[in-house]
Amino acid sequence: MVVSPQWLIPKEQPMAVGIVGYGACIPKHRIKVEEIAKVWGADAPSYKKGLQLREKSVPAPDQDVITLSVEAARNAVMRAGDNFDPASIGAIYIGSESHPYAVKPSGTVVGEALGVGPDVHVADFEFACKAGSEGMFVAANLVKAGAIEYGLAIGADTSQGAPGDALEYSASAGAAAYIMGAKKLVATIDHTFSFTTDTPDFWRREYEHYPQHAGRFTGEPAYFKHTMGATKGILDQTGAKPGDFDFAVFHQPNGKFPMRVGKMLGFKREQIETGWLVPTLGNTYSGASPLGLTAVLDVAKPGNKIMMCSYGSGSGSDSFILTVKDRITEVQNKAVTTRSLLDDNPIYLEYGAYAKFRHKILKAD
Amino acid sequence: MRDVAIIGVGMTNCGELWEQSLRDLFVEAALGAIDDAGVDHIDSMYVGCMSSGLFVGQEHIGPLMADYLGMGPVPATRVESACASGSVALRTGMLEVASGANDIVLVGGVEKMTDVGGDEATYALATAADQELEVYHGITFPGLYAMIARAHMETYGTTLEDLSWVSVKNHRHGALNPKAQFPHEFTLEQVMNSTPVADPLRLLHCSPVSDGAAAVLLCPLDQAKKYTDQPIKILGTGQATSPMALADRKDPAFLDSVQLSAERAYSMADVGPGDIDVAEVHDCFAISEICCIEALGLVERSQAAGAAASGLTAIGGRIPVNTSGGLKAKGHPVGATGIAQIIEIFEQLRGESDARQVQGARLGLAQNMGGSGASSVVHILERIE
Repeated sequence: MVVSPQWLIPKEQPMAVGIVGYGACIPKHRIKVEEIAKVWGADAPSYKKGLQLREKSVPAPDQDVITLSVEAARNAVMRAGDNFDPASIGAIYIGSESHPYAVKPSGTVVGEALGVGPDVHVADFEFACKAGSEGMFVAANLVKAGAIEYGLAIGADTSQGAPGDALEYSASAGAAAYIMGAKKLVATIDHTFSFTTDTPDFWRREYEHYPQHAGRFTGEPAYFKHTMGATKGILDQTGAKPGDFDFAVFHQPNGKFPMRVGKMLGFKREQIETGWLVPTLGNTYSGASPLGLTAVLDVAKPGNKIMMCSYGSGSGSDSFILTVKDRITEVQNKAVTTRSLLDDNPIYLEYGAYAKFRHKILKAD
Repeated sequence: MRDVAIIGVGMTNCGELWEQSLRDLFVEAALGAIDDAGVDHIDSMYVGCMSSGLFVGQEHIGPLMADYLGMGPVPATRVESACASGSVALRTGMLEVASGANDIVLVGGVEKMTDVGGDEATYALATAADQELEVYHGITFPGLYAMIARAHMETYGTTLEDLSWVSVKNHRHGALNPKAQFPHEFTLEQVMNSTPVADPLRLLHCSPVSDGAAAVLLCPLDQAKKYTDQPIKILGTGQATSPMALADRKDPAFLDSVQLSAERAYSMADVGPGDIDVAEVHDCFAISEICCIEALGLVERSQAAGAAASGLTAIGGRIPVNTSGGLKAKGHPVGATGIAQIIEIFEQLRGESDARQVQGARLGLAQNMGGSGASSVVHILERIE
């Protein structure tokens, strides 16, 4: 064993960084798998069984990534505490694959709406479904580096699924927002790990309205390889074991994948279920694993350990290990809970209204 | 004609082999066969492949495979007869050895099907049906075999349960095969309640889209002992055709080409269906196994539909059929299928099939067909004492 000279040992522990406030936003509208299957003459029971998904959220005509982000961020600000001043946020990162503009940032609008800036660093991120966790990764690490006091990270999407495509049954809308900092934490981010390769399983070319995907190739060599890689990587680096965690959240493009990868890695259904929103939420893409984490934080107790692992096509996964702090109990009810957003008073749409909401049919001029 | 023996075999797994390309698959299988036989050269080679052009945009694969195998400049020929490409290649290679033209001939089959999506794979496969009379009207292969199943139900009273037992039985076999794409058992209920594909066929009545390759090495029987203690003799070969379009057949519920190809192989081998100990037949859909075992004469016509349910065609039954798991469970990389069937029979006759072994198997039959039965090839293999 090599003994370090006394002067090499840092005097202070590295600064603990983590989540100061978090919030969610889920649209009110829903459409059931049966309603979509009916239109396309498809077999609803096999879609429901295959995807383990019953319905999905649908953004209203006046909801987009910016409005969903503002609402989620306002909930995060509320949980950050009465004395939290949004003007102290030094960075805003919004991850999405449905930014309303191809050129013009979403983050600037969100910043103005929250009263952040102009002394703020803003960037819109894109990495298919991983863009939200990317924002979390960067914001937390900038705080750790001492470059900013607080950083706002948002994963939000109003995902696109082409009419009749398998994606249409799952592509949904929602947002999760996290304020990262080093003080008054509700959870520390203890470790992060990323696993990335060039694996083209899902893409949307410029000027195209709907994404394309490589069918079953999106499974084993894409989702499973990367979520397994990122989770095994973080477990190896920290020496943690699946059994050490109270909760685990995996990216959830459908109901089946997160449960299956969890099982493959040695996690139990009970660890995953709390953050497993997809059966009634659908796939919120960049919002998916961040929203799952909000649902976990809503019920977590001080001392709980949480594993979160995102997945973005193309492909990569970010994994996080979090520890819940005492302050969590003060903030859980300071804003609407994710379960309540998901379960309370949904408005069910028929396919016609859904098609209008999603601009699949357009009113003549 | 000289007698011909199989002296070595090689095969990839069947499945969604994302990390391997068309040429990788072929080379893995071919090197396996070359290593197995221990030959230091080959005189020529045949490659069975249905549609590398539509699946991966590559034609002219005879020389490509010879090159990547490191065997150029041997003569290399691609052979195509839809899903029967592999066994037509085998027959061609066998006739080359039998004729005396060459001694050591490599015959492989390969298909890389998962680089395209489901719609494109369905389109590529449908090119094996009659474009003017069938495909033009929207027919796909599940549709054609669904019509055969309907006709069989109408004519012989075959039931959905009969079809489902074929899948249950083949998955039981496939669960014992380490190379199988789906080595899992399914219950009768799971098969009967699986997703409808083309009424009456459901998902678990249909073979999958697969990547895979298989290869065998042939030489004259009288030279075979130089390479292996246990050569397997190709005792008979038979090939036949029927009208491409189902509507042009006398009886859509009966596969004439299968019967005719079998008669030719039995005649050459001088054996009858009652002499066969183990068989691999072309179960691209559950109904086709029923049609094939009756056309091959392996079971009485009246017994064919219920053969899987009664255990007649299971391992341990009177005539075990598709001990590999068949196309259904083992997988169906179309160009490779005919050779993969031969390899299952080869291993059975050598007593190398482990948990799937049919005790004392001496004579084995492999039947492979193209399209909805427009082409069929039967080979009969014999263990040399």
